[in-house]
Amino acid sequence: MLDYITSYLKSTSTPGQAGNYFWATVYILIIFGGVSVAVMAMNWLERKALAHFQIRLGPMRVGPHGLLQPIADAVKLLTKEDIIPDGADKMVFWIAPLIILCAAFTTYIVIPFGPTHAVTDLNIGILFMLGVSSLSVLGVVMAGWASNSHYPLIGGLRSSAQMVSYEVAMGMAVVSAVLMTSLHGLGLYGVAANGSGMGTGTLSMISIVQAQYDQQAWFIFKFFPLGFLAFGLFAIAMVAETNRAPFDLPEAESELTAGFHTEYSGLRWSLFMLGEYAAMIAVSSIAVTLWLGGWMRPFPHWLAGGTWDLVFSLFPGFTFLALAGFAFLGVIRMPKHPLFKIQTIGLAGFGAVLGLIGLILFIPPVRDRIQDIYWFAAKVAMFMYLYIWYRATFPRYRFDQLMKLGWKVMLPLGIGVLILTAVLGVIL
Amino acid sequence: MTPVATPFFFYFLSALAVLSGIVVITRRNPVHSALSLIVTLLSLAGLYLMLYAPFVAGVQIILYAGGIMVLFLFVIMLVSIERAQREYQFNKQWIVGICATAVLGVLLVLGYSEGKAIFPAIPAAMPENTNTQEIAIFLYGNYLLPFEVASLLLLVAIVGAVVMAKKRI
Amino acid sequence: MVPITTFHYLVTAAALFVLGIIGVLTRRNVVIILMSIELILNAVNLNLVAFSRLYGLHGQVFAIFVITDAAAEAAVGLGILIAFFRNKETVNVDEVDLLKW
Repeated sequence: MLDYITSYLKSTSTPGQAGNYFWATVYILIIFGGVSVAVMAMNWLERKALAHFQIRLGPMRVGPHGLLQPIADAVKLLTKEDIIPDGADKMVFWIAPLIILCAAFTTYIVIPFGPTHAVTDLNIGILFMLGVSSLSVLGVVMAGWASNSHYPLIGGLRSSAQMVSYEVAMGMAVVSAVLMTSLHGLGLYGVAANGSGMGTGTLSMISIVQAQYDQQAWFIFKFFPLGFLAFGLFAIAMVAETNRAPFDLPEAESELTAGFHTEYSGLRWSLFMLGEYAAMIAVSSIAVTLWLGGWMRPFPHWLAGGTWDLVFSLFPGFTFLALAGFAFLGVIRMPKHPLFKIQTIGLAGFGAVLGLIGLILFIPPVRDRIQDIYWFAAKVAMFMYLYIWYRATFPRYRFDQLMKLGWKVMLPLGIGVLILTAVLGVIL
Repeated sequence: MTPVATPFFFYFLSALAVLSGIVVITRRNPVHSALSLIVTLLSLAGLYLMLYAPFVAGVQIILYAGGIMVLFLFVIMLVSIERAQREYQFNKQWIVGICATAVLGVLLVLGYSEGKAIFPAIPAAMPENTNTQEIAIFLYGNYLLPFEVASLLLLVAIVGAVVMAKKRI
Repeated sequence: MVPITTFHYLVTAAALFVLGIIGVLTRRNVVIILMSIELILNAVNLNLVAFSRLYGLHGQVFAIFVITDAAAEAAVGLGILIAFFRNKETVNVDEVDLLKW
């Protein structure tokens, strides 16, 4: 039994491929916990960042600088009354948020946090992710219909039409990235130096990052500007896919009174929100894996060697120390009033915890293992911040402008990028 | 992979598929039928995974469950009228239909059980981690003409559906 | 437990096929009939993929084509349904009994 558990630790593949159920379950539990914490952190970050963009402060009261605000929100939502509209179809009303939540969480099976740090590595990794995230459209349609009221119905139909339209553009961008995995990048017709002929493309997520490592270029920089165009296409389509600003007409409060989740209150609404944020993290992970090199540190080939590895492996520790520094800066700037004593102590404790984590990440055994996960999480965190930045900056698209953009601009652009990538891949 | 779990998953998935199929054909509310059809499609995708066909499973989830069923749900919401749900759901020849279909089912199972001796005992060698690549070699090699014809068919279907569903031109 | 052979998959496919045909023959609602047709197509797909395990990848390729054609057919069928519904305000196939109205 212990042998079964420890035998995996020396293997070089993911738990799913090694057939090790225990470690696969451990990974799944870690993902559940991690995503829940990430959603709460994202909720806090969104309110604070939006507030600072709008030159106000955001939540400051609940914990020091509003750090306990997500917990207060969760408690409020859990204790609200569960209202089901009259005439609503109870079973469909109940199932709709569960479908969105399950579809969002199932995509995490194939997300690679490292070369062996995924739950499993399916042969059809990226196809699986796209397919399962398209199941959330069903949840949206059902939520809109089951509420037995016109605003949710219109919101649900509009939202699902938008999601389906932008899935096509996403698919085109993804296929052009998958095409790039089959290149050797050496010589005419992709013939490698040892004459092994055209490479074999792959849909598996870990192999896509491996291909970027072998070709010594992130796919965003490949065939410039095609990689960049495909990445931009995907980045815009993924914002539309998750119904976030500037494409959030179906769920914006001033337009359709919160669209398809109008009639949902309390715990059910929090399930929608959880599913939406989890889907955001999932599609950002697709973008990071396909174009931004997944778990690879910057310049693995150009700045290779032991010392550069050491330098880059110090980044996680320094990141957490910098966060602890910001926390202590906030402590210093707290008002010196007896009513603020608890908040000051709380923030100092939080800063101390962050500093401790930073110091732990300097220990050599931990430092080597945490590299891949850190770089992946840092890139996904950058995408999360971009989501909040878009929400604060851009005005909302009207629905017909949205559909026009999806079908008349993004789809032809996607097809063009795909054709040019294929042609260049054969010629170059 | 490990054969220990396979009978359990097979019986679970096929029982789920058949039960959802029964729910599809017996519900009064078309939305409930559509939802159990989705359950059937997803359990069939699981069965394809057990048959070492991950690409077909992925295509089934994307196209069938994520595309066709969304289309069905949209149309159900457009044409769903309360009067149809309060009428009697089965037509006049339901006994004849069930009897004939039962005979067909018995014929099929009899045919399989008599003929299963000619199936090769050893399954064909199909490594699971190159399934997509092998299918791609077939699709763009032997089956290139059907592939192109299928894309033409989809074009015709798009044009036809748009022409039929729009109002007066 | 008896090991799962191709015969088991074929019996499941036959059961789904029979259910689909019962749905087509006995229901009056056009949408349910179209969904039963999808059940039939899925049963055929399961048959194809089960046999492809024994005889090579041709079955899976054909299954992909069947899924593609099912999508096209569902789109056209639902288009006909919408056009028909707009004229007659009913989804009952028993009332489609005139060639011209």
